Amino acid sequence: MTRGWSHFASRVLFYIVLTVIFVYIVFPFYWAFRSSVTPNVELFVTPVHWWPDNPTIEHYQEVFTNGDFLIALRNSTIVAASTTLLSLFIGTVGAYALGRFKFRGRLPVMYLILSMTMFPAIAILGSLFDMVRRLGLYNQLPALIITYLVFTLPFTVWVLTSFFQALPKELEEAAYVDGASPLETLYKVMLPLIAPGLVTTGLLAFINAWNEFLFAVSFLQTPDKRTVPLAIFLFNTSTGGGFEIPWGTIMAGTIVVTVPLIVLVLIFQNRIISGLTAGAVKG
Amino acid sequence: MSVRAETRVQTAPVAVPKVHSKLVQAQTRLAWFLLAPSLLVVVLVALIPLAQTIWQSLTNARLASERPVMFVGLANYVDVLTDPDFRWAVWITVQFAVVTVFFEFILGLIIALVVNSNFKGRGFMRAAMLVPWAIITVVSAQMWKWMYNDVYGVINDFLVVRLGILESNVAWISNPATQMPAIEAVDIWKATPFVALLLLAGLQVIPGDIYEAARVDGANGLHQFWSLTLPLLKPAILVTLIFRTLDALRVFDVFYVMFGSNPTTMPMAVYAQQNLVTFSLLGYGSAVAMVIFLIIGIFVVTYMTLFRVEAS
Repeated sequence: MTRGWSHFASRVLFYIVLTVIFVYIVFPFYWAFRSSVTPNVELFVTPVHWWPDNPTIEHYQEVFTNGDFLIALRNSTIVAASTTLLSLFIGTVGAYALGRFKFRGRLPVMYLILSMTMFPAIAILGSLFDMVRRLGLYNQLPALIITYLVFTLPFTVWVLTSFFQALPKELEEAAYVDGASPLETLYKVMLPLIAPGLVTTGLLAFINAWNEFLFAVSFLQTPDKRTVPLAIFLFNTSTGGGFEIPWGTIMAGTIVVTVPLIVLVLIFQNRIISGLTAGAVKG
Repeated sequence: MSVRAETRVQTAPVAVPKVHSKLVQAQTRLAWFLLAPSLLVVVLVALIPLAQTIWQSLTNARLASERPVMFVGLANYVDVLTDPDFRWAVWITVQFAVVTVFFEFILGLIIALVVNSNFKGRGFMRAAMLVPWAIITVVSAQMWKWMYNDVYGVINDFLVVRLGILESNVAWISNPATQMPAIEAVDIWKATPFVALLLLAGLQVIPGDIYEAARVDGANGLHQFWSLTLPLLKPAILVTLIFRTLDALRVFDVFYVMFGSNPTTMPMAVYAQQNLVTFSLLGYGSAVAMVIFLIIGIFVVTYMTLFRVEAS
């Protein structure tokens, strides 16, 4: 009897702790959403309304009629997609070599790639800025697409190498017996087998590129080249007449750019987690 | 349970058994050919810029300037290390790193232990934990900035009106006494679930029968935690701490959004970015970047040795 009771109590305690954790994680999103559907007359009053009396979609209309924001969405999509595809393409052939070939110099290359995954971008900001200017790429999207490879490519190579290594040895033998060249073996036999790895690394590269701020704020200048993080950051001044911060619109913007990420995370959570733990390497 | 793909540095799976050296040669050539694009990128956007940064840190170079570049030796480094603003930036950053990594680790470990047990909706919980990590840092900074608002913010409302803990509203972000804890709380909120997920992955590879054996031997829960869970979790802990410390030391986005470039609350990365981009001081800024690079390196090496000493 007492045993059952203490079991019940610990179960209740457990779910209380779980609820606290969940509320802690989710509350800021709830608040952003609540603010995005609250009309300004209710947004700037005290005491604060925890849910608006008259929900509105006016802030979303402002966001979707704001040309700068739409351009930023387009720019971010171009930059993140290009960087991801480049990383996957370059990274796959590189990881194929590291994962399936035995050659001298393989170990140094592996250590180089590993150390690059921990490379602090701030250390090369000045030189990259200089390079971007010299190449005439200042305030151009390719400046970001190229420099984002600094953090997407090493990670992609490192994780994909592990996927290639995990494939059975007999694969090439069978393919070679059938007369396939190493490159044919790569894209006909192996590519389908490492597809989960491509999804994982592609997602992480995309998320990282989509979220990047330091290079974007340094290499871009005009509104027509802004990426999403820049647009969200500069909402304060670009709308609202410059005297009052349009918090409702900013929150609508944050919800708009966050929902796709939440959907991605819900669909691919296992892929992302395995990628994160693979990225957190053990040497 | 989750498929852990681990990259092994030491052992190379042999694709084709040693036939004759001609084949080996062809293999080697092909391997380098396949690696060439990756290496080209690494050299062009990382190694050459790094070498350039080292060189520029020893000169008086400015961006987009016609002035001839002169070698100035270690003068920039002397300037950096004697600049009170930079020293303050280092202090702000280290303080931020120590506080956030400490709380993220403790809270993350608690959350990982809670979520590691069996309950309904565990998958959903794991997905929810990924979301703060996945969202744009600028977005999370804006969300919290609004929650911290001195008049209409929900945090003031909660503490003053609902709970009555505080007597009057606090300007969390501009009040010198609260601004650091305020920004640290944002980082802790965003990174703790990520830390928990990494530790959770570490917990899940610990075989359950070890605990079975410990229970038979009469070890209680706390004892099991200290003598089994923590030691077995050590690799995951090390990796997590290194990753979080690296991120905290190069923190930029959240400070830039919440505080702008205010010298009283400027971390090292904002200081460097200001000098490089806003003031075009390529030489001086490069020296700053190199000092940051060294500070981060010292932290990583310290962690590595600390853990190695403890392990042996």
